[in-house]
Amino acid sequence: MLSCKDVTQLISQSMDHSIPIGKRIGMRLHLLMCKFCSRYERQLLLIRETVRGIVATEGKPGELPEETLSEEAKERIRKSLRTP
Amino acid sequence: MAKPANHDPSEWVDRYGDYLFRYAMLRLRDRSAAEDLVQETFLAGIKERRSFSGNSSESTWLVGILKHKIADHFRHQAREAPLEDNDLRDQPDSSPFDGSGHWTSGPTDWGGNPADLYREKKFLDQLTKCLSGLSPNHANAFTLREIEGADTGEICKVLNVTETNLWVILHRARMLLRRCLETNWFERSAKKGS
Repeated sequence: MLSCKDVTQLISQSMDHSIPIGKRIGMRLHLLMCKFCSRYERQLLLIRETVRGIVATEGKPGELPEETLSEEAKERIRKSLRTP
Repeated sequence: MAKPANHDPSEWVDRYGDYLFRYAMLRLRDRSAAEDLVQETFLAGIKERRSFSGNSSESTWLVGILKHKIADHFRHQAREAPLEDNDLRDQPDSSPFDGSGHWTSGPTDWGGNPADLYREKKFLDQLTKCLSGLSPNHANAFTLREIEGADTGEICKVLNVTETNLWVILHRARMLLRRCLETNWFERSAKKGS
């Protein structure tokens, strides 16, 4: 029997590569019965989706993140480009 | 087909500086390192200008250079701070499982799956804070996998770890990040909402 600790490892592994069928079935059966582990899986997938959303909107005007280069840094970089 | 416009490097800072800086900040979470890499990217761009084929836009080409610089930065960090036992083992006082592998305190209910979370500036700030709280190996592995979308083979090369160790690192990184977001974002917004 897989423990919750084992299943959380398998959830993470299955997000990076395919896992052997036996383990996959064991994991799915466990997830059907275990509220905490299925919640854990949903939350990891939500984090993944959210990060992908952030990356997908990157570089579009008005989207996150909003940080800009400081004027000092800009000036420093301009200078370094003039004197290579 | 018209070639995309090229600009003189003297215009690069104003045209692409902020965009490249944000790109670097999301991955490095360190202002001065991000500024340095933007500068290095432009300098490399000037040197390699002849190799720019014009098949992509100038900004895509520069981001490509920056991506390499970021990977080099992670490679360097991995050499400076090689893998420690702490990166691979559950700390007894922080493991959420008991001796037989059952949850001692399971994940709490986050109240639905907010689909628009990625638009919230404050969430991004919290995510950045939580990532900065991880060890560099955990944070960089997560960044390469989830932000850069690299496959595990590439990440192993950058961080100089075996595939088996990388699985453990990613598992630990996700577990710690999930808990940090639960404590600092989801449980707080649940309290605010009630």
